[in-house]
Amino acid sequence: MKVNIAACITEPGSSERNKTGGWRVFKPVVNNERCIDCGSCWIFCPEACISRKEGGEYQVDLDYCKGCGICANECPTEAIEMVLEEK
Amino acid sequence: MPRRDVMHGSRAVAEAVRLCDVKVVAAYPITPQTHIVEDIAEMLANGEFDAEYIMVESEHSAMSACIGASATGARTFTATASQGLALMHEVLWIASGMRLPIVMVNANRALSAPINIWNDQSDSIAERDSGWVQIYVETAQEALDSVIQAYRIAEHEDVLLPVMVCMDGFVLTHTVEPVEVPDKEQVAEYLPELRLPHVLDPEKPVTMGALGDPNYYMECRKQQEIAMEHALRHAEQADEEFRGIFGRGYGLFEEYNMQDAEVVLVTMGSVAGTVKETIDMLGADVGLLRLRLFRPFPKEAVRRALSEAKVVNVIEKDVSVGFGEGALMTELKSVLYGSDVRVLGTVAGLGGRDITTEHVRQAIERAERALRGEKVEEVAWAGLKEEAL
Ligand code: SF4
Ligand code: SF4
Repeated sequence: MKVNIAACITEPGSSERNKTGGWRVFKPVVNNERCIDCGSCWIFCPEACISRKEGGEYQVDLDYCKGCGICANECPTEAIEMVLEEK
Repeated sequence: MPRRDVMHGSRAVAEAVRLCDVKVVAAYPITPQTHIVEDIAEMLANGEFDAEYIMVESEHSAMSACIGASATGARTFTATASQGLALMHEVLWIASGMRLPIVMVNANRALSAPINIWNDQSDSIAERDSGWVQIYVETAQEALDSVIQAYRIAEHEDVLLPVMVCMDGFVLTHTVEPVEVPDKEQVAEYLPELRLPHVLDPEKPVTMGALGDPNYYMECRKQQEIAMEHALRHAEQADEEFRGIFGRGYGLFEEYNMQDAEVVLVTMGSVAGTVKETIDMLGADVGLLRLRLFRPFPKEAVRRALSEAKVVNVIEKDVSVGFGEGALMTELKSVLYGSDVRVLGTVAGLGGRDITTEHVRQAIERAERALRGEKVEEVAWAGLKEEAL
């Protein structure tokens, strides 16, 4: 891909190409059994990479989750555990 | 019709800004540059031209405001000196990295400490790696003409780099000289309207100056280097076309008495006048190469121009403390690497110390002694008070 002069970004949403998932050390694992569907993780995730499926199941898009652990910290029922990722 | 007049170098620069129809001026006063932005303010107040004049709280803000303005596609100007340029340092890199054709005049002045408001060139030479084109001028006329040429170079679609026109503080800014002020229509003919590939425009949003991660950063730097190569070509072309329209040109460097000269003095800026005077006075068989374009450095052309020389003595108003010589000397040695030319250096005029014809004579004498095979000092400090050390 050619880089525009001065790396000027001329199309919207191009930051999607930057897969921040590569920065992660710990990944969040959601235990949907314990989840009370409060939506806090979804609200607080700075990458907006948590999504809610029909029926209240929460899922993390690991392409963008950078492993900051905010979701696990905010979850009132400790339904999210940060697990060391081994590749 | 061009107008012949006498004026300070600062006024000559303000005239150039008016003639170039600059749209935004953001400035903060600092000696010895203040007259430039004062004169521009006066011209605007008199309705001599129309521009947005932004008074800012520091030079850092001045350059930042210029960046914002330039990003909208407006022709932009500022001026500074010494500590002001140093305060701009980080923003200079942003201006060049964002490839904005801002033109700035730096009224060369020494850096503190001790506080010194007088002329030397350490301030702009310290910014040589900031990605700005740098032009050093000898006269008020050349300052005026170079500002016009600077926009032409900066705004070329293959260049898009900021340009710093460096003029010796006081020696040029505060000295009254005869100046020909070109005709505005002719300048408009020489300087097409500014067109940037991307501009800040709410109708067509873009993001400028965003993150360039390790995947892209190196390419951006290389693009700047390529733009500098283009700038070298366009600087030459801009000067030739300038000569065609206005009857004056300067080249990338000036050669004086170079025919068959085995000893050549190399310098930048106003001291070239003193050097020419000395050469004429002594009737010496000594050449002068006055470098005008310092960035991009015209390596090939300088190498060719010095191919017949045996000894070069670089007279410069800067020193790289810890390297024992001025930056121009170091660079010239690098340019002449592999040739037989011997390069000597003369550190002179720091903090406004006068450079006299006697100092130039001594520089010539040392070079001639080296030519005869005598042992000479590699670097001499002209007019240094040894007893005060
Ligand atoms: S760890 Fe951070 S980035 Fe990943 S899902 Fe949780 S809040 Fe979002
Ligand atoms: S914060 Fe915990 S309980 Fe609330 S929705 Fe997320 S996983 Fe479920």
